[in-house]
Amino acid sequence: MDIEVRYALDTFYFLVMGAFVMWMAAGFTMLEAGLVRAKNTTEILTKNVGLYSVACIMYLILGYNLMYPGTTISSFIPGVDFILSAADNSVESVTSGEEGAPYYSNLSDFMFQVVFVATAMSIVSGAVAERMKLFSFLAFAVVLTSIIYPIQGYWNWGGGFLTSSFSYFDYAGSGTVHLCGAVAALAGVLILGPRKGKYRPDGSIRAIPGANLPLATLGTFILWLGWFGFNGGSELAVSSVDSANNVARVFVNTNMAAAGGVVAALLTAKAMFGKADLSMALNGALAGLVSITASPLSPTPLIATIIGVVGGIIVVFSIVGLDKAKIDDPVGAISVHGVAGIFGVLVVPLTNGDADFVSQIVGIVSIFAWTFIASMIVWGILKAVMGIRVTEEEEDEGLDYSECGMEAYPEFTSGGSQRSGV
Amino acid sequence: MKLIAAVIKPFKLDEVREALSEVGVQGITVTEVKGFGRQKGHTELYRGAEYVVDFLPKVKIEVAIDDSGLDAALEAISKAAHTGKIGDGKIFVSDLEQAVRIRTGETGGEAL
Repeated sequence: MDIEVRYALDTFYFLVMGAFVMWMAAGFTMLEAGLVRAKNTTEILTKNVGLYSVACIMYLILGYNLMYPGTTISSFIPGVDFILSAADNSVESVTSGEEGAPYYSNLSDFMFQVVFVATAMSIVSGAVAERMKLFSFLAFAVVLTSIIYPIQGYWNWGGGFLTSSFSYFDYAGSGTVHLCGAVAALAGVLILGPRKGKYRPDGSIRAIPGANLPLATLGTFILWLGWFGFNGGSELAVSSVDSANNVARVFVNTNMAAAGGVVAALLTAKAMFGKADLSMALNGALAGLVSITASPLSPTPLIATIIGVVGGIIVVFSIVGLDKAKIDDPVGAISVHGVAGIFGVLVVPLTNGDADFVSQIVGIVSIFAWTFIASMIVWGILKAVMGIRVTEEEEDEGLDYSECGMEAYPEFTSGGSQRSGV
Repeated sequence: MKLIAAVIKPFKLDEVREALSEVGVQGITVTEVKGFGRQKGHTELYRGAEYVVDFLPKVKIEVAIDDSGLDAALEAISKAAHTGKIGDGKIFVSDLEQAVRIRTGETGGEAL
């Protein structure tokens, strides 16, 4: 096929897949809005649309060039090139026919990468919901999306030590995106503490049911859809028989893993609690998706389903375990993206000969250590400088009023705060 | 005049409304309410943790009625809302001092 047509097709594919991943921001937003109480709805919506935008701006200014540096200082510290160069590929360079000639637009690559960092940041949002100050969270988003995420992203996709010195394999980011987001969330939750009322004085767990399960379900389906872009786009090409076949396989495997995750989580919840817990089924879908993300191309569809099943089982035990350990994560983000993310990275060598267990473990440990320590420092500084938690009174009244000054449904429910209309 | 306030199971509302229409009741006011009686609440499960729902959803019907129609209305509600299981609800009757139809200014029995 004509090289220019292929270039156009691959670029088009890349951009559309990027748009799919962008839509995952809507999925996270709806999932989180559904799993928090009504009195915190406006705040979580504000937080999500805010963090997405902060992520885009910070990744443009600094993050992208840190992650994919023109010049590197060492394989640990990427070079710094502050302004994204907007120069794109010339016709001559594309049609030169040389090995390594660009086959998609540079800016389409930026577009695809920027929605990934937004995904990582979205993961943090749900875990710290219902008690964190909005602007402290957004300040953390600035640092995560411009520095913390790009540096460990560079280790994997930017040519850093995980791929240059080890054979770490993480196709679309079970570790690089999902584990990173989950570890930043874990650090935040540890500093923040559980929501008021989550634990009784005797230490037993008091459930805080989400306000809107239809929204949570819609959010999960949106994420499921967006994941076709997340994994499918990570093939980075579609314009040859081989790459088209690969994309199709990635789509099928991604879908199967999610389905496996749902069924497994539903059955596990039924066996453990005696009832079909919808919120666990939704988390199961996402855990299946996270589990397959590290290597959605190498397994057969049946193996992909089984990987999703294991992810779906793990996530239920992880959510219950973290709850008991007093790590209060209202939406299960740490379990879904962190625990299932680790499983996803570890399972790669079973189906993919390019990976080995040592490299995968090195990847997990280095992503975890870097993200955890850096996040702890940033959360700690924010706590000292501006505080990260709202007052008890504000938490009781709901963050909608204290942080945003408006309720999500002011006209026809009293479900928000206890205040009466004026 | 009397004011009837009946707290019933929500799914019985349509049957009660029909039964009241049949005995000539011209208007009712319905509110969604929550509460508990001898039925108490029940426990639900969310992500593996139990929580107690102390107040169960009920529907409260208010009917203003002439003394002459009271017994028929009470019987209509009692029969229509009855399942025989715990949580069927209660009917309260109180004296009603005055009623005004806002559109015309009619008062007392004329306003009902």
